[in-house]
Amino acid sequence: MKFRFLLPAAAVAVLCGALWYGLSAIRGGRYDPQLIESPLIGRAAPDFVTENLLEPAQPISRAQFVGKPFLLNVWGTWCPGCREEHESLLAIAKETDIPIIGISWKDDRQLARDWLAQLGNPYRVVGVDPDGKIAIDWGVYGAPESFLVGANGRILHKRIGPMTLDLWRNDFVPLLATGSGSGRQ
Amino acid sequence: MIRPIPALVLGILLAAGAHAVDTEAPLSDPMQQERYENLIHELRCLQCRSQSLADSEVELAGELRREVRRLVAEGQTETEVKAFLTARYGDYILFRPPLNERTWLLWLAPALLLTGGVLLTWRVVRHRTRLVSDDPEEFDAGDRQP
Repeated sequence: MKFRFLLPAAAVAVLCGALWYGLSAIRGGRYDPQLIESPLIGRAAPDFVTENLLEPAQPISRAQFVGKPFLLNVWGTWCPGCREEHESLLAIAKETDIPIIGISWKDDRQLARDWLAQLGNPYRVVGVDPDGKIAIDWGVYGAPESFLVGANGRILHKRIGPMTLDLWRNDFVPLLATGSGSGRQ
Repeated sequence: MIRPIPALVLGILLAAGAHAVDTEAPLSDPMQQERYENLIHELRCLQCRSQSLADSEVELAGELRREVRRLVAEGQTETEVKAFLTARYGDYILFRPPLNERTWLLWLAPALLLTGGVLLTWRVVRHRTRLVSDDPEEFDAGDRQP
């Protein structure tokens, strides 16, 4: 048995290769084990009807945005990532005609209004979700989260974590042209 | 006399058991309450990951408990409630993922590893047994006395 160590050595080599591949994917940002893949990608965007944060007399509903793409952004003044992405959202709003719909998630209405007054308002409209019901329908588990909904009413893409202008240009905008959802998040 | 260390351990264990995260009054139908209890122990808190909805104190877990309670009170079955949640959060919310094309390896891995181990052991044992019985030295030394 000259080669009796060959099999275990090969097994260890394969294992090392697999671990290296996985870890380098994490390091390179191609894979994040913390992300939970959303089953909603490619599905119809969930309905919602809710109160308008800035103009309480005019309720907001999903039906107002049928046939047009939009970006739905779930945020809260209690959320550090939302503060981090706010400048990027303002830049995106400046760059595109696509409306950004804000969902003020489990937040104090006045704090949310103050935040927009002080930092600028990137949103076409902001709906409130005081008890988190809209967020559950959209499968939100942590803010900020941003969903791109296509003209066909389907969710094309989801970003978990702060938005950036680069992400918008590279991961979101190209999907609007093809209209097909991405598997990646 | 009560020995202090076991008493302390027992005290901690009892305190842990007495600590209930879910403070809602039970559902009026005991069957539904049981279904609700089963469900919240089977569902994962999406923010703390290793805790169930029943154990987690984060807000999202409370909201998901509320949804589960509402659906159960509406008369939905366990399967229906799980379908409601997996449609939104994916199979990850289930502590026991379903057997499908993405999870078959996960479910079959223990059986495959066990089979592999048994086969390997059997081969090694058979090999060693043959070595012993083929060894002429053993007989020369002891049994074949003139």
